Amino acid sequence: MTPAEQLDATFGALADGTRRAILARLAQGEASVTELAEPFGMTRAAVSKHLMVLERAGLVSTARDAQRRPRSLHAAPLNDATTWLNQYRAFWEGSYARLDALLEDQKGAPRPRRKRARKVAR
Amino acid sequence: MTPSEFQLETPSDDVIVHRRVFAAPPASVFDALTKPHLLRRWYGPPGWTCTACTMDLRVGGSWRIVTRKPDGQEIIQSGEFLEVAAPLRFVKTERWADWDVGEIVVTTELVDQNGVTLLIVTTRFPSKDVRDRLLASGAAQHARDHYAKLATLLSGDELDRLEKQVK
Repeated sequence: MTPAEQLDATFGALADGTRRAILARLAQGEASVTELAEPFGMTRAAVSKHLMVLERAGLVSTARDAQRRPRSLHAAPLNDATTWLNQYRAFWEGSYARLDALLEDQKGAPRPRRKRARKVAR
Repeated sequence: MTPSEFQLETPSDDVIVHRRVFAAPPASVFDALTKPHLLRRWYGPPGWTCTACTMDLRVGGSWRIVTRKPDGQEIIQSGEFLEVAAPLRFVKTERWADWDVGEIVVTTELVDQNGVTLLIVTTRFPSKDVRDRLLASGAAQHARDHYAKLATLLSGDELDRLEKQVK
């Protein structure tokens, strides 16, 4: 899948309320088809159909435990979906929050510092 | 702009600009941006560490920054200074190791606003194509359309609401 197709698959899978609820359930820990079907009052077949869409979108994976075959959330496509620009924003917003703290720290009490103590004064 | 507000815009085809206000005079901000021992203390969001930084702050001088992400992956950025006018402006080239976007040019300007500093960082990409590739070919639009959905996707509230809805 190209990145664009991957995004289409991700968002297609997210467009359905039941599938979002399944993902929200899996975000709290892995679950089998039976465990997923129960709280939603759905048949196992209906849940399996939704799981197929979610697996094709790369959002859910199936463990090899032969008996239970628990499904778990795979969040990487969601991260991709937030785009480079959002990562760029997160990088700088996070960095600048730390820079705020550094500048505040440097402004701090007029007690002598190890070095460059006078440089802070304006 | 108020302190801690972050503004991001894409004013033309090959440019990204971000703005941020700091509650300190330009000289302090300039030092924090250009002195390695200070830059290492803030560069990278929480959870990241800046593991190495060198800056030869003069026209033609080189710079290099190594950061480590929370997952252990290292990011190496490097380039040269094209203009240096302390404490209000510097221009540098920038390359990212393992990422073939080519060389970008980053202009950093500091504006004194009665003792606080408006920081303006303009990043110019080699071409519109390169910038658009970064913006993940339509992914930004997708994300804008669906971002609210994504934001609430994994919250407990959403789970409760949907459980009721499908019952």
